Formats: sequence, C-alpha cells, structure tokens
Amino acid sequence: MTEPNKGRSGASFFNDVRVRGIIAQIVVLGLFVGLIGYLVSNTIHNLEVRQIATGLGFLSREAGFDVSESVISYTPADTFGRVIIVGLLNTLKVAVFGVVIATVLGTVIGVSRLSSNWLVARLATVYVEGLRNIPLLLQLFFWYALITVSLPSPRQAHKFAEGWFLSNRGFKFPWPVWEHGHTLGVIGLLAAVIAIYLLGRRANRVQAETGNRPNVLIPGLAALIGLPTVGWLIGGAPTAFDVPALTGFNFSGGALISPEFAALLLGLSLYTSSFIAEIVRGGIIAVPWGQTEAAVALGLRRGLVVRLILLPQALRVVIPPLTSQYLNLVKNSSLAVAIGYPDLVGTANTTINQTGQAVEGVAMIMLAYLTVSLTISAFMNWYNGHISLRGGR
Amino acid sequence: MKRFLLAATAVATVSLAATSAFAGPTLDAVKKRGELVCGVHTGLAGFSAPDDKGNWKGLDVDVCRAVAAAVFGDDKKVKFVPLSAQQRLTALQSGEVDILSRNTTWTLTRDTANGLNFTPPNYYDGQGFLVTKKLGVKSAKELNGATVCVQTGTTTEQNLADYFRANNMKLNAVTIEKLEEVNAAYVAGRCDAYTSDASQLASIRANDVPTPDDHIILPEIISKEPLAPSVRHGDDQWFDIVKWTQYAMVSGEEYGITSANVDDVAKTATDPNVKRLLGVTPGMGAALGLDEKWGYNVIKQVGNYSESFEANVGPKTPLKLERGLNAQWNKGGLMYAPPVR
Repeated sequence: MTEPNKGRSGASFFNDVRVRGIIAQIVVLGLFVGLIGYLVSNTIHNLEVRQIATGLGFLSREAGFDVSESVISYTPADTFGRVIIVGLLNTLKVAVFGVVIATVLGTVIGVSRLSSNWLVARLATVYVEGLRNIPLLLQLFFWYALITVSLPSPRQAHKFAEGWFLSNRGFKFPWPVWEHGHTLGVIGLLAAVIAIYLLGRRANRVQAETGNRPNVLIPGLAALIGLPTVGWLIGGAPTAFDVPALTGFNFSGGALISPEFAALLLGLSLYTSSFIAEIVRGGIIAVPWGQTEAAVALGLRRGLVVRLILLPQALRVVIPPLTSQYLNLVKNSSLAVAIGYPDLVGTANTTINQTGQAVEGVAMIMLAYLTVSLTISAFMNWYNGHISLRGGR
Repeated sequence: MKRFLLAATAVATVSLAATSAFAGPTLDAVKKRGELVCGVHTGLAGFSAPDDKGNWKGLDVDVCRAVAAAVFGDDKKVKFVPLSAQQRLTALQSGEVDILSRNTTWTLTRDTANGLNFTPPNYYDGQGFLVTKKLGVKSAKELNGATVCVQTGTTTEQNLADYFRANNMKLNAVTIEKLEEVNAAYVAGRCDAYTSDASQLASIRANDVPTPDDHIILPEIISKEPLAPSVRHGDDQWFDIVKWTQYAMVSGEEYGITSANVDDVAKTATDPNVKRLLGVTPGMGAALGLDEKWGYNVIKQVGNYSESFEANVGPKTPLKLERGLNAQWNKGGLMYAPPVR
C-alpha cells in the first residue's frame, strides 16, 4: 500500500480490482486446500472405523504370486515391493519400444499422405482413418486373439532355424549367455555414442571457423563398430548362446517375445502412429511453400532442403502435440491388464487384492504414472526449447 | 478462475454426497431405502448370472433373495450390483453394497485387515485344474513347466504359485483381468491348463469351451476355498441377520421343510425347533430385530439350501456338481446350522 494510487481508482477498499483479485485467490486456494484436507482426513477416519489396515508395511511382505514376464529376476518368494517394480519396468519396456516404433511409423505414414503418388497417399489415409477411429482396447483384443488363435501350439511350432520358434506361446530365439564381454561391449557402444556426439560438435566448430566440414561419417562408423568389438574382445570374446528347445509343454531357454507383449506393443504403436502421422503431416504443411521455393532458388539439393529448411521449421510445430501422444501411449499401456501383460496396473491390482490396501496401491500407481509422464514432458519441453526460434519473443 | 471455482465446487459437492452415504446400522439404512443392495459376480452360471429374462439366478443370488425375504418379506426387493474380482472388497468396504455374495473365499486377511465379516460358507470349494485331454496329463503333479491361465484379483493366483513351489515345478502364469478373456485365451490354446475353483471350472467346461468332452478337470484339489458371503465390520446386528438367514435355509433342509410344504408344516408342526424357525412360536424374529415370519418367508420364497443347490448347480443342471462337502452334516458334509432357539 506504499505505492501511490497505482490501480486504486479512488474507489473504496473492497471495490479495488487488485484487492478483489487477491481475495478471490485466497478464497479459492483456501477452498482447495480445505477440500484436499477434508478428503484425506475423511478417508483415514473411515479406514479406521472399518478397521482396514493402512500404511506401506505390506511392501516388504512376500508376494506369493507369479508374473509371466519380467525384466529383472522375480520369483513368487519376492516381496510386493519388488513385484510392483517388475510391473513398472514392464510398463517402461513397452512404452520405450512403443514410442520409437510409433514415431518411425507415424513419420513414414505422415509423409506418405502428402505423397504425389495417388495409391500411396490413399493407402496412408486408409491407415490413419482406420486405426485412429477404432477404440484401442478393441484393437488390443483383436491383435491378442489373432496371435493366440492363428499361431500353432508349441508342439507344432513354426521353426525357422535351430532355436527360432514361433508358436502361440510367443516368439522364442537364441540369446547370448550374458558374460563379462557383453557388458564391456555395451560400455563400448555407449562410448561410441559419446564419441560421435563429440565428433559432430568438433565438425560444427571447424566448419564455422574454416568453412570446410570435416568428414564425420567414416570415423563415426568406425567408432560405432570398433569400440563395442574391442570391448567384447577384451572380455574374452564370449560366443555361447542359450538356444531354446522344446521340453515338456513349453520351450525352455533363449529369449522370448510373449504374445501379450507383442499384442500390446503392436496395438499401442499402430494406434499412436496414426495420430503421429497427422501431426507430422500438419507440421510439414505448416511450413510455407515459399520456403521450399526459396531454398531451391538458392541452389540447395532436395535432401538439404528437407534437412535444413523444412524439418527444423516443421519440428517446432510437431513437438508439442507429439509430446501429448507420447504421454497418451504411456498411459494407454495400462490397458495391458485386459490381455494379460503384467504391467504396473496389473501387478499393483493383484497386490491390492492380496493385501486389501487399495488406497495405498492406487496412490502408488498414480504416483508412478505421474513421475513417468512428467519426466517425458520435461524432456520434450527441453527439446522443444532447444529447437525453437531464439530471440524471437 | 471462474471455471476453476466452478470445478472445485462441483468436486466438493460430489465428494460430500459420496462420503455421507454410509451412516448408522445397516438394517435401518436398508429398510429406509426399501431394497437390499447385493454385490454379485458379473456372470458365473450357477452362482450368479442373469437368465434369458434378465432375472439374476444362482446359489449366491439366493442368499441375497433370502435376506430380502427375511427383512422385507419379499425376495424381489434386491438390487444386484455385478462386481469384478477386484472391485468386490472395496464395494463392500465403502458401503456401496450391503452384502457381498460373490463366491468369495473366506481368508484370515479378508476377515481382519480388509474389514470384512464372513457369514457361513454357502459353498465349500477347492481349486483345481482344467486341461485338454490332448495334453495327455492325468495329474496336476505332471504340470511342470506348463503355462497356466488364471484370473487376476483372486486367491487363486497365490494358491497356484504356492502349489508349484511346494512341488518344485516351474510355472508360467498368464494372468488376465476379465473372466471372458481368460476363457478365450484358454480356448485359443494360449495356456496348457486353466486354474480356478473346481465349481467355476465345471461351469466353464459346461458353458464356455466348444466341446466339453475334450476337456477334463484334474483330480487334485490344491486348496480349501470356503466360499462365503460377507458384510462390513462394525454392525453385529446385520452380521447376525445374514448369518441366521443362511442357517434358516440349511435348517429347512435338515427338518425337511421346502418351499412347497412350508404352509402345511407351519400348520401341523409339533417339533419345537420347526415351530421356532417358522415363527409359530414367537421370539426368534424379535431377537434378530425382524418380523417373526422371517424364517417362513425365507423358505417359502427362496426355498431351503437343498432346493437352491439342486436348482442352480446340482446334478440336473449343466454344472453337474455333486453335494460332496456341501451335504448336510448328518450325511457326510459340512452344512451344519446351530440350533434355532
């Protein structure tokens, strides 16, 4: 109130626009906090009255139920805490693969819709309109039924080569027996990625200084192939493979892509790709035709026009809606429980049922999704800021 | 700001309305409402499923009808709420239903930490395995390495893992949420075996597989599954009413009272037990806080336990279940009603 008369049009205290604004905000905030407080205390009170156990103690108790697939080792003797982590990792697994496949497919389809080839453009249109207008749950049921009904039983499995089997129990294939050499190989791969990044930065600097861009492709490729190989060789060059074989009812050994994972991944990535295709198409159309004409007039080749002129401008339009689609994909993965893929919701639901502690269980599910979604949002916002126009606002 | 304020008010109103629904003893609330709200299975032939006219039928459904008959003298005053395996406990805890009668296994955790009180089991069951004859398996002990389909949110998942661990066998469990999808996965051959309560497997074998004769239920029963209705903690009167309604049906069978002969028996009865049960000698109804004709109404409108069993799951129904453990105590079973006095 020390500021002289700014915004106070001589009216009385309660008619002041600023004061009213502040009061309204305090009232709304108070209502909101009160509401949350009421809901929490009411829930705790009711749980106590009905003598329902509360707290997170159940997380360290033995789970006692089986999970069909897991990224980390898991047996029914492990705890409820671990089974929830197993579920979360399964969710992340399908989400990561789903985002990559949906992006690649979506970009290809989106560009195809703009193709001057009549057939390609129409096929892309059918793809987009078909997939995005059928509810995802139905698509998941469809893929799951297709996989389990159409593929043969393990004893009549399709055999492509020794140890490569396709049946209604999934796709089984040989997998290296994990040894020290493989770990070193993966470290080599990471080193190669960093090396390529550094090479690219150096190339940019040299180009800025001298006008000549040094060749990055050959040393980059050399690092990509060389470093992992060196790591693998240092680790003793292990070559042992775990080859699946039919024993009893099922295949044992090797790696497995289960029908549940395949159906969920297929459903999620196809469904999301149809939305991404539209976003990509919109992004490309948003760049004025004059930009392309100008670039061509400057004598840039077709590839350079796309890479230097079209793509950077289209990306600015594409990234924000693309982020929403990534978030949708992650959240839609919770439909997994319908077709038996043990994702976070599936394992947490079973935990809730075994322990009866629904409030804690649901809170943990929400917290996990919130964390994953906010992380994706933060990354995409950073990337969006990175590519947006600078100094333009 | 305005929109936010509106939303906040709406949320507040809804949550206030939702939380004030449960208050006072259940009997008063049920009477005031004029109907009983009963949580049942979404569709399990023989236990609770709507028939072709949309009327709920089954062994579990009959418990609720009997309670309505005891409370209102009218077994039609029931609203059935179909619940999934996961929803069921929460629905009862939160007061959404007055009784949960949905083939639910009585366990220590549910009876204590989950805030439920179990009334007497209306079906003594046990978990078994359904397999195709093609598989060539004669015993559950031969299932090492098998893929087993199981529905999520049940005690079945834990029993399954326990059994395989106890016998040092390798298990691949495929866990699916909805019963229809588990059935479909089993029929498609996704799994070697299907595990559930034996009564449920009988129902699935009879109704949900293309050719029942290609499938067998293995002889091993790997768990005890006393399927019992339940009510919330904290209302002893309501607990008593549900308990004794069930006992009335069991007693009815023991004394040979059926829905057909109950009027004659009431007129001519000399056995004091029967007279008390049917309210000819008053006192029992008052003790429960019900009309004196409660027992008569239960047997007249719903029938005794044997009638309910034979009509819904017995040998003449598609499920073809024998009485077995569910016979009267004096015929080698576990159905035993304490004296009505």
